[in-house]
Amino acid sequence: MKKLRLNLVFITVLFFVSLYSNTIASTSSNFIDDITNKASNILSSKDTREIKIQELVKIGENSVDIDGIGFYTLGKHRKNLNDNQKNEFKKIFREYFLKSFSTRLVEYKEAKIVVISEDIKNEKYTIVKSKLLATSDRPEVAIDWRVYTRDPSKPLIRDLIIEGLSLARTQREEFNSIIINNGGDINALFTSLKEFNKK
Amino acid sequence: MIKRLKIFLFILLIQSLVVSFSHSEEREVKDCFEKINRATFAFNMALDKVLFRPVAAGYRKLPSPVRAGTSNALNNLSNLVTIPNNILQGDFRSAGNNTIRLIINTTIGIVGIFDPANALGFEKLDKEDFGQTFGAMGIGEGCYLVLPVIGPSTVRDAVGSIVSMSGGDAWYNVTVKNDTQYFKESDYYYSKLTEGVDFRAKNLESFDSLEKTSVDFYATVRSLYLQDRDRKIKNLKVKTDTLDDSDWDSLDK
Repeated sequence: MKKLRLNLVFITVLFFVSLYSNTIASTSSNFIDDITNKASNILSSKDTREIKIQELVKIGENSVDIDGIGFYTLGKHRKNLNDNQKNEFKKIFREYFLKSFSTRLVEYKEAKIVVISEDIKNEKYTIVKSKLLATSDRPEVAIDWRVYTRDPSKPLIRDLIIEGLSLARTQREEFNSIIINNGGDINALFTSLKEFNKK
Repeated sequence: MIKRLKIFLFILLIQSLVVSFSHSEEREVKDCFEKINRATFAFNMALDKVLFRPVAAGYRKLPSPVRAGTSNALNNLSNLVTIPNNILQGDFRSAGNNTIRLIINTTIGIVGIFDPANALGFEKLDKEDFGQTFGAMGIGEGCYLVLPVIGPSTVRDAVGSIVSMSGGDAWYNVTVKNDTQYFKESDYYYSKLTEGVDFRAKNLESFDSLEKTSVDFYATVRSLYLQDRDRKIKNLKVKTDTLDDSDWDSLDK
């Protein structure tokens, strides 16, 4: 009897764990599917470039963990920031990211992304695999999305891995290069980002 | 001359071994010659603007089947370097697959313009070179280099290229190294130039937008090159160690 009760408890726990995992997976896949469809519609519309950029910025604000990516890209230099610098960086990086993100995307007129599968790494991260379909000008491109699922009701993108190349890591190495080449002065990075935002 | 080349190769290999790959959470990029590299990078970018980009844009105007055929033929030719490296890495299965692909595509596929091997079940695999083989053997990448015209490399990859030109590349041997009746020296250089233009044409928009949105484009290209080589050496399809959660965990602490 005791054994039966233990088995029942085990099966119930297993059921809820698998249910929870499926929820994360389907939420993440649907989330990416939804974003890419929205972006694809914006890019293929006849709206002006400015309107397209505004719409893409909205997508970025709602679906990307911009603050998280920002702090990740600071790497080891993050520890040296005081609270004022952290707040200033968050503000500058947000503007930089949205400008950079929308400017990069708006150039693609044909961008059809198909979600293929997902891989739940743990309760915090799911990797959604997708592919950007080939056109006559460029080959098919594999894109993996690192989705932050700590709050399953509000998943957020933390990285894009294009053909195995992480954009967050690239950004981190770029920022590190600016800081190192300026004698470890983080303000040099702030200045570079401000200059980019002004352009 | 050969003696000097051997000494040079030996020094580069030792340097490559000494400056080994760092496996720390945040890997340090070994950019020992950054000033020279940045100057060469600026030269290459200028060359790209006046030569490669316009040529690539023109190439893109060719009909799609012509570009696909060119790309296929170049890929077929690259098997001459890939196959020996498959063997050196102990990957005999891929070596077999690529050898059959080379035979079928060179004959039935008319010097590789078409890819009937794929339809017969011999799928296209990733290219391999001597730099990747050295990496698979555990030799560190050494310092990052930017070579004039050729672009990003590392000490290890540069040594790999020298090995290719010292007998490791059958295509180089029959065109440049040996005076055969069938090929000219220029055939090799044309094929390499076309390979560069084909690659540039495929990445026209992505390269331009990356340049436009980078705050330090040199560092961006360096990061992408090193990540790509790392992925190829580990023979990972898409995943890289950037997917290692430890990289991100410190954010949540």
